[in-house]
Amino acid sequence: MKAYIVTRILSLIPVLLVVAIVAFFLIHLTPGDPAAVMLGSQATPEEVEQLREQLGLNLPLYEQFANWFFGLLQGDFGWSIYYNRPVLTVFLEHLGPTLSLAVLAQAISMVLAIPMGISAARKRGTKIDQIFMALVMLGMAIPSFLMGLFLMQLFALKLKLFPVAGYEPLSSGLWNHLKFMILPATALGIIQTAIIARMTRSSMLDVLSANFIKTAYAKGVKEKIIVYKHALRNAAIPILTVLGQEFGTLIAGAVVTETVFNLPGIGQLVIHAIEKRDYAVIQGTILLAALSYLLVNLIVDLLYGIVDPRVRFGRK
Amino acid sequence: MANSNLLEIKDLKTSFLTERGLVTAVDGVSFSIKPGETLGVVGESGCGKSVTAASIMRLLNKDSTIYEGEIIYKGKNLLKLSEKEMREIRGNEISIIFQDAMTSLNPVYTIGDQIAESLMIHRKLNKRQAYEEAIEMLRMTGIPAPEKRVHEYPHELSGGMRQRAMIAMALSCRPSLLIADEPTTALDVTIQAQILDLINDLKEELNMSVMMITHDLGVVAEVCTRVVVMYLGQVIEETDVESLFDQPLHPYTKGLLECIPQLEDDRSKRLFTIKGIVPSLDNVPKGCRFAQRCPYVDEQCMSESPDLKEVSQGHKVRCWNYDKISS
Ligand SMILES: Nc1ncnc2c1ncn2[C@@H]1O[C@H](COP(=O)(O)OP(=O)(O)OP(=O)(O)O)[C@@H](O)[C@H]1O
Ligand SMILES: [Mg+2]
Repeated sequence: MKAYIVTRILSLIPVLLVVAIVAFFLIHLTPGDPAAVMLGSQATPEEVEQLREQLGLNLPLYEQFANWFFGLLQGDFGWSIYYNRPVLTVFLEHLGPTLSLAVLAQAISMVLAIPMGISAARKRGTKIDQIFMALVMLGMAIPSFLMGLFLMQLFALKLKLFPVAGYEPLSSGLWNHLKFMILPATALGIIQTAIIARMTRSSMLDVLSANFIKTAYAKGVKEKIIVYKHALRNAAIPILTVLGQEFGTLIAGAVVTETVFNLPGIGQLVIHAIEKRDYAVIQGTILLAALSYLLVNLIVDLLYGIVDPRVRFGRK
Repeated sequence: MANSNLLEIKDLKTSFLTERGLVTAVDGVSFSIKPGETLGVVGESGCGKSVTAASIMRLLNKDSTIYEGEIIYKGKNLLKLSEKEMREIRGNEISIIFQDAMTSLNPVYTIGDQIAESLMIHRKLNKRQAYEEAIEMLRMTGIPAPEKRVHEYPHELSGGMRQRAMIAMALSCRPSLLIADEPTTALDVTIQAQILDLINDLKEELNMSVMMITHDLGVVAEVCTRVVVMYLGQVIEETDVESLFDQPLHPYTKGLLECIPQLEDDRSKRLFTIKGIVPSLDNVPKGCRFAQRCPYVDEQCMSESPDLKEVSQGHKVRCWNYDKISS
């Protein structure tokens, strides 16, 4: 098991390497000059040139890449020219809202989606199932920013249940924090809910028609226990798989939702960084986002083994 | 006499609501099982053997299945019991084992967990006691090193071992009736014989009745005392195992017996087969259901459906012309 985890972590290195190369060159090859942006339109070409030199932007591209890359190897993600602080520090400062948003959205979606998917599977072909499928379609069709604006309109502006936008960290109290997070997390969670619910339904449908379910009934096991114990654990692998895959969608959705609700998270950080041509921040964020995606999927893979003994043994 | 039956099925009719309309898979089946006997149920694929078995335990989808008739077990009509009362019967009074032990065991739980589950439900044992009992059951079914096997998952066992584990699970609460739905079809021949012997031995030891579903007349000859032959959702002949082989009355039964390859047969001769195919359930013939395939068919057969008649002590047949057909 340990050896497996180590191999898996080592196998992330080439992937991250490719991400680093692509991120770097993509950004450096797009037009725009950080020095010019920083100094504004009043600056003389001499001043711009001087700053470029100071920032190392006059060096050949490969040399800039090498500098950045060797920094990375030592855990240094570079320096933010806009915030004038290390990239990692800036990143961590903005991580709170995004992490909270992602975790809450994921939690909301799982709490809603799994029971919904299970009920739909058990009632397949009935009205309940049809209504469920329609809701799923709707949930997947509405973009999260639109959902966010709608929720904001209804619950913040009309009903005044929640603040319209803004953010308080968890350290200022759980409710203070949550009242800003509930609407954005719901907006973001709905697409997630639809996707997971659909997968839960189809995965449960497969499992519920399996012979071992008939065996469980034949033993006199209660239906509830059959569904939640015998069937759900077998249906869990495909559900876990979409959870991992959709983590990327979740992150992308979080960026948009943060903008709608004015949350000072990674999304806002990236947008500012792009406006300011803060290369190091953009690159660092891409890399860290890729890393978190890979780690989430690694965890999902490890969960497979916990859920399904056949995976455990197959991996020797 | 009637009271000595453990199970008595009276005119059972099991229908499914399907997209094509109502399909009656079992149509007026009656037979009974006495304490301690092994009843064979034979017939071609699709004749309704498994549906009959599942009806006894009410395992078919609640929303799309209609049961009619009576299934009297120890004086109670199972079709009239509440869902809760029925759960107390399942796995406790009546157990079932299926053809494919691999897919019939839950792949994500150890076989110990799966055997212990029945014991915890019906005998109210705690987990440790249930595990001890599970080990005993595994030992009884001849699994070597049961205290080790009990912690293994289905995929770690061989096919024969899995079927033994299924049997251990089915018998853990000492049921009065074991329904074995083609328990050996998926196994190779030597294992088949072992499993049949095991079922037979445990039947004696636990003093239970067995309903042995099979399409293999060899299995019937080996373990059954009485036999019910089914065709297209009906019983067409019922008799003790000797007369089944010595004086079968229904042309279909005769056909089945002739399908068994004999060692002394000329190998160049083609195997005997019953001509024609089984009609589908939504196109059931008006008269005798076997008429289209019967070599002795006459006009009456095509227009009127014969009843299952007792023609001699313990021998019933559903045929207009059984007495005119010489063997
Ligand atoms: N849930 C269902 N809905 C509709 N038709 C069904 C259903 N279950 C079984 N049937 C039909 O009932 C008939 C009898 O099926 P059954 O499984 O009892 O056959 P069998 O005698 O056990 O055959 P085999 O030897 O292949 O196991 C078949 O025609 C089958 O298609
Ligand atoms: Mg069958």
